[in-house]
Amino acid sequence: MIEIKNLSFAYSNVKVLDNISTTFEQGRIYGLLGANGVGKSTMFKLLCGLLTSKEGTIEIDGVSPAGRKPGFLSKIFYVPEDFEGPDMSIENYAAGVSQFYPNYDAALFARLLGEFEIDVTRKFTSLSLGQRKRAILALALALRTDYLFLDEPTNGLDIPSKAEFRRMVAAAMDENRTIIISTHQVRDVENLLDHIMILDKQAVLLDKSVSDIQKEYLFEVSAAAPADALYVEPGLGGCCSISRNTTGEESRINIELLFNYINSIK
Amino acid sequence: MEYNEHKPIYLQNVDLMQEKIVRGEWPEEERIPSIREMGAMVGVNPNTIVRSYQLLESQDIIYNKRGMGYYVKDGAVARIKENIKKEFINNELPLFKAKAEMLGISKDELTKLL
Repeated sequence: MIEIKNLSFAYSNVKVLDNISTTFEQGRIYGLLGANGVGKSTMFKLLCGLLTSKEGTIEIDGVSPAGRKPGFLSKIFYVPEDFEGPDMSIENYAAGVSQFYPNYDAALFARLLGEFEIDVTRKFTSLSLGQRKRAILALALALRTDYLFLDEPTNGLDIPSKAEFRRMVAAAMDENRTIIISTHQVRDVENLLDHIMILDKQAVLLDKSVSDIQKEYLFEVSAAAPADALYVEPGLGGCCSISRNTTGEESRINIELLFNYINSIK
Repeated sequence: MEYNEHKPIYLQNVDLMQEKIVRGEWPEEERIPSIREMGAMVGVNPNTIVRSYQLLESQDIIYNKRGMGYYVKDGAVARIKENIKKEFINNELPLFKAKAEMLGISKDELTKLL
């Protein structure tokens, strides 16, 4: 479990996270959403010890990432949004990196690369952005860490790769893992998420499971907005609206609408 | 797998599973994919898939053989068709009827078309 208490962080004098407290539990895939600049990537870097904060605490299974202990680092993996990759082949890079991860599954890595149609002998520097991204995502899943942080994972992926990616993550999920996906492309990953967290600079605006959100809110598209709607946006086919769910009937969450609603009432 | 806009994902997965059973792709008394396999097949979180399996289990469509996985229950096809028929009569037929009446299509005309 990840426990964040009163966490603040600033780049010189620009504050990005201010007194944030939250937890991430095992066996869930979190969607971490937030406007540009609220500190999603900063949060990932703090979680894996690439940055350290002077205010507040982070504990992952009771250990502070700031200590960068090998035993701790072998449990986490972070895929940044813009992974460049070194001037070496994918296989050599994977052989090196996987040394530090005891649960690494080489056969799984080979299979995932096959599904992504990536040649393991290619150098990262010879690959396109999307190919680099597929290679590092395949490695990230094959390392089989307890914690996996994916920053905009579908950015740069072509259309078939996005579906492959969803199938791979769904297959990789088990009750011991915690996967946090930060994204603006909510449609790419919404079927994967079972928990949604909306972050703002000074607060966690929403931290709820998908099933709780469905029980609490009703998402509709109708010719006219319901009289008691909490939030309405015009859209194709009528008004997209959010109301309180009073009937118990569950609807599909429109994450973009939810995001705009939650940000409008902060 | 394409999902429609309004039904929650776990219910859309229920539709997909029922379709596989009715079409005989998953025969009665045979094992169906595990929750994890199903999730991987359609690219959906296994925790969401669990809800589909729970619903189908509560409706006697599938059952869990301890240690063996999920199986399609005997008589599942008939029960699914009965459920879909009810849904059709309660939800779709009234809309169909209202539209036919609005357009002034007579019963005879409808019978010929059907």
